[in-house]
Amino acid sequence: MVSRTENRSGRSTPVLSIRHITKAFPGVIANDDISLDLYSGQVHCLLGENGAGKSTLISILAGMQQPDDGWIEAGGVKTSISSPRRAMDLGIGVVYQHSTLISTMTVLENLMLGDTGHITLDIKGAKARLEELGEVLGTRIQGSALAADLALGQQQQVEIAKAMWKGSKVLVLDEPTSMLTPQAVSDLEASVARLKERGLAIVFITHKLREAYAMGDEISVLRHGRLVKRIPPEELANSTEEEVKDVVLGAMFGEDIGVVGTETFAQELSAFSDAHQLRSPKSFSGIPPALVLDDVSTSDSMTETPIRGLSLQIHPGEVVGVAGIDGHGQRHLAELVAGQRKLAGGHVKLEGQDISHLGVRGRQGLGIRYVTDDRLHEGIVGNLSVAVNLVLKRIGMSPFWRFGRMDKVAVDFEARSLVDSFDIRTPTLHTRAGTLSGGNIQKLILARELAHDPRVVIFNKPTYGLDLKTVGRVRTIVRDFADNGGSVLLISTDLDELVELSDRIVLISNGRLAGEVRNDSPRTAELVGELMLGPSA
Amino acid sequence: MDLFTVAFVSAFIAGFLAASMPLLVASLGETIGEQSGVLNLGIEGVMLFGGYAAFVVTLATDSFAWGLLAGAGVGILTSLFLLVLSVLLGLNQIVIGLAVTLLGGGMTSVLYFENYSRSTPRLGKDSPLAIPGLSDIPVVGDSVFSQPSVFWIVLGLAIAVWWLLVKTNFGLQIRAAGQNPNSLDASGGNVVATRAIAVLLGGFFSGLGGAYLALISTGTFTPFMTQGVGYTAIVVTMLARGRISWVIGASLVFGLSVAVGTVIQLTTINLPTDIIKMFPFVVVILVLVIFARSAYVPPALGLPYSRGTR
Amino acid sequence: MTMTDTQVHQDAVPESGSQPPTSLARRIGIGFIRNVLPLILAIITSGILLLAMGKSPFFFYGEVLRFGLMGTGWQRSLVMLAPLLLYGAGLIVAFRGKLWNLGYEGQYLLGGVLVVGLAPYLTESLPLVLAFVILMLLGAVAGGAWTFIPAVLKARFGTNEIVTTLMLSFVGIGITNMLIRGPFQNPDVTVPQTAVMPLDTMFPKILGSRIHIGIIIALIAVLIVHYVLTRTSFGLRLDVYGASPKSALHVGINAPRMVIVLFLASGALIGFAAAVDMLGLWGNMRANWNPAYGSEILPFVFLARLNVLASIPFLAFYAVLATGGALASQDIGLDSHFMLVVVALILMFMSVIEYIGMKRDLGQSYVPPALRKALASLLPGRKATNS
Repeated sequence: MVSRTENRSGRSTPVLSIRHITKAFPGVIANDDISLDLYSGQVHCLLGENGAGKSTLISILAGMQQPDDGWIEAGGVKTSISSPRRAMDLGIGVVYQHSTLISTMTVLENLMLGDTGHITLDIKGAKARLEELGEVLGTRIQGSALAADLALGQQQQVEIAKAMWKGSKVLVLDEPTSMLTPQAVSDLEASVARLKERGLAIVFITHKLREAYAMGDEISVLRHGRLVKRIPPEELANSTEEEVKDVVLGAMFGEDIGVVGTETFAQELSAFSDAHQLRSPKSFSGIPPALVLDDVSTSDSMTETPIRGLSLQIHPGEVVGVAGIDGHGQRHLAELVAGQRKLAGGHVKLEGQDISHLGVRGRQGLGIRYVTDDRLHEGIVGNLSVAVNLVLKRIGMSPFWRFGRMDKVAVDFEARSLVDSFDIRTPTLHTRAGTLSGGNIQKLILARELAHDPRVVIFNKPTYGLDLKTVGRVRTIVRDFADNGGSVLLISTDLDELVELSDRIVLISNGRLAGEVRNDSPRTAELVGELMLGPSA
Repeated sequence: MDLFTVAFVSAFIAGFLAASMPLLVASLGETIGEQSGVLNLGIEGVMLFGGYAAFVVTLATDSFAWGLLAGAGVGILTSLFLLVLSVLLGLNQIVIGLAVTLLGGGMTSVLYFENYSRSTPRLGKDSPLAIPGLSDIPVVGDSVFSQPSVFWIVLGLAIAVWWLLVKTNFGLQIRAAGQNPNSLDASGGNVVATRAIAVLLGGFFSGLGGAYLALISTGTFTPFMTQGVGYTAIVVTMLARGRISWVIGASLVFGLSVAVGTVIQLTTINLPTDIIKMFPFVVVILVLVIFARSAYVPPALGLPYSRGTR
Repeated sequence: MTMTDTQVHQDAVPESGSQPPTSLARRIGIGFIRNVLPLILAIITSGILLLAMGKSPFFFYGEVLRFGLMGTGWQRSLVMLAPLLLYGAGLIVAFRGKLWNLGYEGQYLLGGVLVVGLAPYLTESLPLVLAFVILMLLGAVAGGAWTFIPAVLKARFGTNEIVTTLMLSFVGIGITNMLIRGPFQNPDVTVPQTAVMPLDTMFPKILGSRIHIGIIIALIAVLIVHYVLTRTSFGLRLDVYGASPKSALHVGINAPRMVIVLFLASGALIGFAAAVDMLGLWGNMRANWNPAYGSEILPFVFLARLNVLASIPFLAFYAVLATGGALASQDIGLDSHFMLVVVALILMFMSVIEYIGMKRDLGQSYVPPALRKALASLLPGRKATNS
């Protein structure tokens, strides 16, 4: 994709050094004796799956957390990053995966937020600095624009500007490409190149091998909190992609390769080569659709984009992927199919029958299920037990409830069988669901939604933030369900995931469908990317 | 009776100001706190503490200025409670607010009963600071422009608060703390410190509001004298959404409805006092019903902030 | 949503959620600290305040016990307890759904005045038992009706109920006074109050004591409420809604309907409490009278962790405190609102102790980072500690 730019290494003193950093939380060691160096004008890639310890390390660098052991050296001098302010003073800027911009404030206000020099707001000075940084990054951003109105790629540019506001020596980018369109990704790459030239030390965090190889001058691999492999610049510069791939995969998965699947599968998971579809292409012509959305619309809501006149069909056994920038109506779409959101217009039909007036319970009974992306606050009730959460959508129904009273034996029986078949790791059935790990919470939600004859299942970002083992499991579940005749609406911002699992991919933009790509050629991802660039994107 | 005699209009304006000023002052304080994400449900308690302190000090020193300062100072002290418990420790702001209200009502009632129930002293009204020329305008001049100096100070304070929130760095931080404390933290700001200062400022104003109520609006202290003005300040704050011009406007509207009630009592229209007392609250409810959708609160309101916890 | 925090936690949460085992002794100890300690601390602090005012705390609290429990004191406390049980249940029903029904004073007074005002007519023309039932229903309906507007505003528009219920409370107080001075005014006297109900038209007393049957009615009613809240599907739906309205929607619970039902139930129980109080104890209402039970039992409702069954002993404790306190205050020359101070202190101590308990459970030091850094920097020579 992108040729690696030549690095200018002044490999004398590192700008920042991390020495033996260790950080533990109750029950797990997030960072275990990690040491690495950051040099000016170099991109240092931190590679690792979700849960490997990257986020903790970043928050330590950002001054949001303090390590239990170990220290930091800035320019060879031992120091500590005791607060975000201290991090800024040291010239460390962090761009998080999720926007830390305040959506109701303007770009300028967001940028001025850290300034404490004067009492009054120095708007003129801020405007000047914004222009200056805009030139460095190669973009133009309107200072008076509301952060909420910016496209995600532009938001990221603002975040980079903010990270560099006080002058930077180190820029940390946390999974920066995860939600970007292909166009925005190349804009980012160009910015990174220019920043390198200016002598910044850049830390690029990712779980995608191909990005690390393309962008990095140096790669460090994290696994279970430890730094398991370092590929120094000389080695990286002289290795082919294949060689690097072998080294990294071995370091990342070790003996787990057998568990995760074949080596090819592992490669797909770590997104080394471009993803391709894992299911055989199918034809659905002549088969009546299972779910029909007929010109549906939802009413405006304060925080989400509504749906405006959308029509879609899903056939039995078909996986329809929904691509698009986050926040373009995905939530409303999922909710209107699930019955959680009232229609402002149009109809929803299941196997020919109009179910538009049915709510969640009614549709659930007919086999429509929704695996939400908001696992903690919507999918489960953290304070209630695992068992109760597993029957949460059947409150009042027999056999779990009789005459309004809960039949604990029946509930526990159901819970036990679901916990076993979905391998949900929990100390007991009565443990509070909120204490489970992210992966197990997702398994709980899947177990609940897929029990008792599901026919149409909506998956909303089902593998987001999960460790690779669980990711594999979830994707297998989706595939198996479709292969057995179920209909799937797969909403995701992960293009690789969509390409692997979908029969066709539609693009949602501003609450409307902006195009469709049949997943029958290796060019699917490219075509979707092109769609995203189109006039309505 | 003629509706527009001098006495009538004067009484109207005086009653209008007496009702709207304490509300305005209290609302200013509540706005600062609310914009930073702290809901002060204890505002009535703070006002009562401020009012009582002001009353006691003015009785002792014969000076309104000292009384007002004492009220504001006690307001700051009382909101320290709120500060430590709600902001620093992150306890449930509703529960703590209720506790402060009960404490304020109970303590001031007990103290007043102890010290003044037999003597029930009253204060003379402050000598007005007349603005030359303007105060010679018949009718209006006497009521509006001969108001106690505090009136002008209150308006000045309102402008100061507006300037603070809109034009200063600290104001930006306050608003960020209420909108998205994580962002403020990541920007190097200190959420706890920002909220702490906002709460203390809020206490200053609430105490001052109570002092105004005691010293100027009524000239005495009565247990539980706030009668819902603090809660009305919360409503005003929620409707104004941080816009000071709206805070001033809403306070004046409320004062208007109280004044209408007082004035009706002077006429021959025979409405029971109960209805008159209820009238402002009914107005508030109607406003809420009409503007229901626009009662907007900062997203982080009422939620304690801790860095790095789930 | 703070994804960064969730991500950090992603690294941190172990595969299996673990909870430390607790022995019986430890649980009793924790129970004592959480439930009894706030009361003790509040009593001690208020004792100090009494000393500052030149009064003897021992004398005062001794009198409280005497008037609250000794002789016929315990009977008077039980009489006070009857409406409080229903009142507390009313608050609990709403609070469990995180609906802050703070308009309880207006709801109580309206329920009470309707009962006292209409009682003479009903008891004259109907058999007594029937009259009682209808009057209790009337009280409940009045209380429930007064929550209707805030309920609808919250259900449809999400309007903050704290403000709406409070405002309506003031209006309710005004309407009550109007009713007392107006249609319900006792024609035989000039002071604004309703007619006094003759004793034989009020609740009968139990076995010749001062305790009226209201306590039995109340106990039965709150036990039913407890059953519904903890054992039925409705109770679970309430818990889900209270924990997270988002989850409630996701799970198919009709959130607007839940809001309205909870509010109406809350108001109805409070109005019911007023009916019991009027029919059992007061028999009439004066203008501008407001016992303001609601604010005073709030901490006890929270201490009971919003569990109706647990609220019974706590409210009983309060009943003794209030009954004894009212008379002890008179004895000692103290304003009766001193009880508000004690109650406020209980609320505060309870919150702090909860906080400490929560922090210890999580394995964190209970001095929050902000405070700890501030304290650490005060101590000379100590290096600033890590979290």
